[in-house]
Amino acid sequence: MTAPTTSVPTAGDAQDVPRPKDADDPFDRDILPSPPGATAALLRSLLAPLKARVAGTTLLLLLQQAAIQAGPLLVAYAIDTAVPAFRHHDHGPLIAVAVGYLLCALASGALQWAFIVAAAHVNQDVLLDLRGRIFRHAQALSVDFHERYTSGRLISRSTTDVESLRELLDEGLQELVTVILSFVYISAMLLWLDLGLGAVAVASFGPLYLLVRLYQRRAGRVYRERSTAIAAVIVKFVETMNGIRPVRAFRQEAANDAAFRTLNRRHEDTNGNALLEMARYVVGSRLVANTAVAGIVLWGAYRVTDGSLELGVLAAAVLYLRRLYDPIDRLGMFLNSYQSAAASLEKIAGLLAQTPSVPEASAPRQLPPPRSELPGREVVFDGVRFGYRTGGEVLPRFDLTFPAGQTVAVVGSTGAGKSTLAKLLARFYDPSDGRVLLDGVDLRDLAVPELRRGVVMVTQEAFLFSGTVAENIAIGRPDATREEIERAAKAIGAHDFISALPDGYDTDVRKRGGRISAGQRQLVSFARALLADPAVLILDEATSSLDIPGEQAVQRAMVTVLRGRTAVVIAHRLSTVEIADRVLVMEGGHIVEDGSPAELIAGTGRFADLHRAWRDSLA
Amino acid sequence: MPTTPATTDDRSSVRTLLRLWPYVRPVRMRLLTAAFIAIGASCVGLVIPLVLKWLVDGPVAEHDPEGVWLGALYLLLLGVAEALLFGLRRWLVARPLAHVEAEMRAGLYRHLQRLPVAFHDRWASGQLLSRGTTDLMLLRMFLAFPLTFLLVNGVTILVGVVIMLLQNWTLGLVMLAPAVPLIALSAVFEKRYAHAARLAQDQVGDLTTVVEEGVLGIRIIKGFGRHRSQARAFRELSGRLRGTELRKARLLATIWAVIMALPEVAIGATLVVGAVQVADGSLSAGTLVAFLSTALALRWPVESIGFLLAMSQEAATATERYFEVMDAEPETETVPALPSAGSSGTGLRFENVRFRYPDAPAGSPPLLDRIDLHIRPGESMALVGATGSGKTTLTALIPRLHEVTEGRITLDGQDIAELPREDLRAMVAVAFEEPTLFSASVADNVLMGAGATAGTDELNGALSVAQADFVHALPQGAGTQVGEQGLSLSGGQRQRLALARAVVGRPRFLVLDDPLSALDVHTEAAVEAALRQVLAGTTALIVAHRPSTVLLADRVALLSGGRITAVGTHHELLRTNVEYAHLMSGRPTEEEDDDR
Repeated sequence: MTAPTTSVPTAGDAQDVPRPKDADDPFDRDILPSPPGATAALLRSLLAPLKARVAGTTLLLLLQQAAIQAGPLLVAYAIDTAVPAFRHHDHGPLIAVAVGYLLCALASGALQWAFIVAAAHVNQDVLLDLRGRIFRHAQALSVDFHERYTSGRLISRSTTDVESLRELLDEGLQELVTVILSFVYISAMLLWLDLGLGAVAVASFGPLYLLVRLYQRRAGRVYRERSTAIAAVIVKFVETMNGIRPVRAFRQEAANDAAFRTLNRRHEDTNGNALLEMARYVVGSRLVANTAVAGIVLWGAYRVTDGSLELGVLAAAVLYLRRLYDPIDRLGMFLNSYQSAAASLEKIAGLLAQTPSVPEASAPRQLPPPRSELPGREVVFDGVRFGYRTGGEVLPRFDLTFPAGQTVAVVGSTGAGKSTLAKLLARFYDPSDGRVLLDGVDLRDLAVPELRRGVVMVTQEAFLFSGTVAENIAIGRPDATREEIERAAKAIGAHDFISALPDGYDTDVRKRGGRISAGQRQLVSFARALLADPAVLILDEATSSLDIPGEQAVQRAMVTVLRGRTAVVIAHRLSTVEIADRVLVMEGGHIVEDGSPAELIAGTGRFADLHRAWRDSLA
Repeated sequence: MPTTPATTDDRSSVRTLLRLWPYVRPVRMRLLTAAFIAIGASCVGLVIPLVLKWLVDGPVAEHDPEGVWLGALYLLLLGVAEALLFGLRRWLVARPLAHVEAEMRAGLYRHLQRLPVAFHDRWASGQLLSRGTTDLMLLRMFLAFPLTFLLVNGVTILVGVVIMLLQNWTLGLVMLAPAVPLIALSAVFEKRYAHAARLAQDQVGDLTTVVEEGVLGIRIIKGFGRHRSQARAFRELSGRLRGTELRKARLLATIWAVIMALPEVAIGATLVVGAVQVADGSLSAGTLVAFLSTALALRWPVESIGFLLAMSQEAATATERYFEVMDAEPETETVPALPSAGSSGTGLRFENVRFRYPDAPAGSPPLLDRIDLHIRPGESMALVGATGSGKTTLTALIPRLHEVTEGRITLDGQDIAELPREDLRAMVAVAFEEPTLFSASVADNVLMGAGATAGTDELNGALSVAQADFVHALPQGAGTQVGEQGLSLSGGQRQRLALARAVVGRPRFLVLDDPLSALDVHTEAAVEAALRQVLAGTTALIVAHRPSTVLLADRVALLSGGRITAVGTHHELLRTNVEYAHLMSGRPTEEEDDDR
């Protein structure tokens, strides 16, 4: 038996009741709201801890620019002073020029090296920080968020969007600092060489600034469109690759090609628009710059002819001027990366601004010490009601108590609210009203590690992570020894198949021979849950893919494992009920029957019906 | 932790990059024109210092105001020309390059859809995705900048050197001196950088995989409160990436520092030599200014070579990664040879079928070994076997998601290996164990299984067979969007839609892999009743775990140890076959059967 080790993209855990879809839902348009200024704040908060190093890096760049920009000054000195001196057999000034230039050259090289390395450290630390933040935040957001925000979008946030910030940092910031520095530096030089020429050069910054603003506005829109377009491409890509079997079996290749082409075309267009925007900017800025050069040369040359300016000064000024406008293109590249990064950061900021609807406890409480030797704890649903924020009541107000150590089976048809009940208990959702208490402590007051020692849920969707089988089981308790892992696997009957894999417990689930069937994956998730050793265990359709002997092995194991534990078992197959102390029958969000299996079977209610039907199905 | 095949063969970057030619070909004229224009623009930039020289030595020295005006006008015209040429270059390539990137991405997607399923089992989709996104962006950037500018800068440097040599050959030779060590250093750099770049790209792919798994497995991570250890694993990987990036930065810094310092030393030397010559009177001040101006104009083209090479290197590794996937053999369409003579019977027939995964360790026993099974036309056969016995694999052979290793499977006498896959898959419909829905409406998802002509009637028919009447209660009925970008449905709901998809086309052959596992007893009974009608005229193979599902079928086949060990009706097998009785009732046998 084989099945892909990746889960299906729609692996949304059974959501009992369809959630109404809002046409203006920001989730549909891939634009999450973020408070104004969140993007800038995000960038600031990323750079803040590195302030000192950013300053140090900037200083290196400053020195490096000084070393480079000294060149024309030495040229002016050589022509105006050293040459005449040399003619008078004074070699000193020329030697000074030679030594000065050599030092500047070596210094600029060394400083460049130091700068690149220092800048890379800053950049990489920022990226590390940002990647980590996105990942941690996505992990902290609640399950209901993930049911709405597609995995493709999350992936695109932490890949292409981070990538565009990387480009900004790698090239952009360096460009910006270089550009600003050389603007300031060269303007100062020009003003110092000759006030008039310098003033004209500075005046040319006005139109350049306007141009930059115009570009920024136009490009911002284009880049946002592009970022949305690539996210759509990624979503389609991921969905297809993860669902490759049905794609093939239902001959969707051509239809997919066409759909992908449309999305890809939209990205191509926005991408082209972005590149064209850049082209316009380059033309505009070059025009302004070259006009200014021509003007300044005209005026300077004019003044040399009437003797109010020295030739050497004009020569140096002209050399500086060429350099003054050289970085304009690079300013464009910076704006380019900035716009693209800003569009991405905006989306990242929107993601980071999402608050978990199931927040971690701010002032966590401890669970009271167990009341007895046995691991189980008491569960109380106290006036609990649940509805989605978008409306629609799923579970009307109810009260319910599971005494410690009780095994409760929850049955009912699809959409009855069984999974929602389980998710409330596992704190995947928080109740809209009321409280869920574990030994008298509100689940909302428990820190995550404490909560997960308390409650663990196994779902029918048995996802395996990259890595070995043992690692996958150890998710239940990362510090478990190999013996404990094997004991858990043996307890639920997974040991045999795992031992038969090419490398046993060390088989990589993605590597050669690592194919693991759906039923086997469910066994692995069971082993995981056993290893976690929680006070309350929730099993949501956790045996749906097992064969009967497998299910029975699990059930035999559960009799031992569940002894003394509080357990909630959701199953269509009523065989589970045989090990339950109590059965709840749910219908349309209400608990319609509640009693011991024997009582209910003997009665005339729904459960008696269900049980009869199930008995018949075993015939 | 995920690792990827980091094959760093010593293939030269140039040869790797040449593989891009088929994609670049359609836009070659544009690219070439753009390159020429860029060369033109650069040459204009080089002419400007000459105008300056003329201005300084001529009108300025001679105090000729009219000449000064003329010189300034020339400068302005050259400046305008330069600006327009630069813009024109970008305009020429903007759309074509976006197109090349898009084409390559579409090509990758198309190819991936046609690669064997076994390929997808092996490759994490994060690695595939990073090839389709970041790598392709790198390639577009390579075509836009390094490719053009390595050429443009090369020509610019050449022209500049010629101009300098013409102006004053001694100074020119001094300027040229650093060229040899620079070229040698670049070669060393290229090799080292290539390795680091490839490593970094692979690490990005691994990181993508962790992100993806972190999202897809979110319920498990949350359910066990493991988001901190997940974050730790992520941090470790991203820390490793940081290390590689820093190594890249150090390499880049070294080459850049050298590229920056050496020419500067040469410029300093020319300045001194030139100043001496000016003092001698053997050189005019204007010539020296023009010479240095030219030298300075060449500084950027020379300096940029460092990062242009680095970008080319990254583009080369991106190309390598792209073609790693593109070179994987897609499923080839076997040309239907002679229609197999002498039809070996009707219905669905497995003849001596043997199967092992192509990537299974050498020497391991085949998963399926000499399978012989005959399902008569219109008959439905249940397939029963222990967990992990190969039932799903066996079903995957029928629509040729995997190819049999030996033996053959025939549909009404026709060997499926001789049928085009397209036709075969039109004949055989499958409901998978994992009911995947795509981002589309319910109707589209279901009608996927039918021909283009199918409409509402077929849809409603299929939905009612699968007891998927809940669809009508959805916000937009069958038009409701589901899948990744739509409404999330419960496992049972998805399973019923997958079943509807399988039956909607009224296929001649139906393969159902545990189709009712997520249904409650009532729904299951209703589906079974409806499904019996459909199955009456269909040849079907149904993987079953439970007696209720088995009872849908006319007969049962027991898969054990890679073989069909028994075929018969449910009741016969219950009586006569111990293993079967064990699987169906759970009564323990003397010894538990080994799963594999």
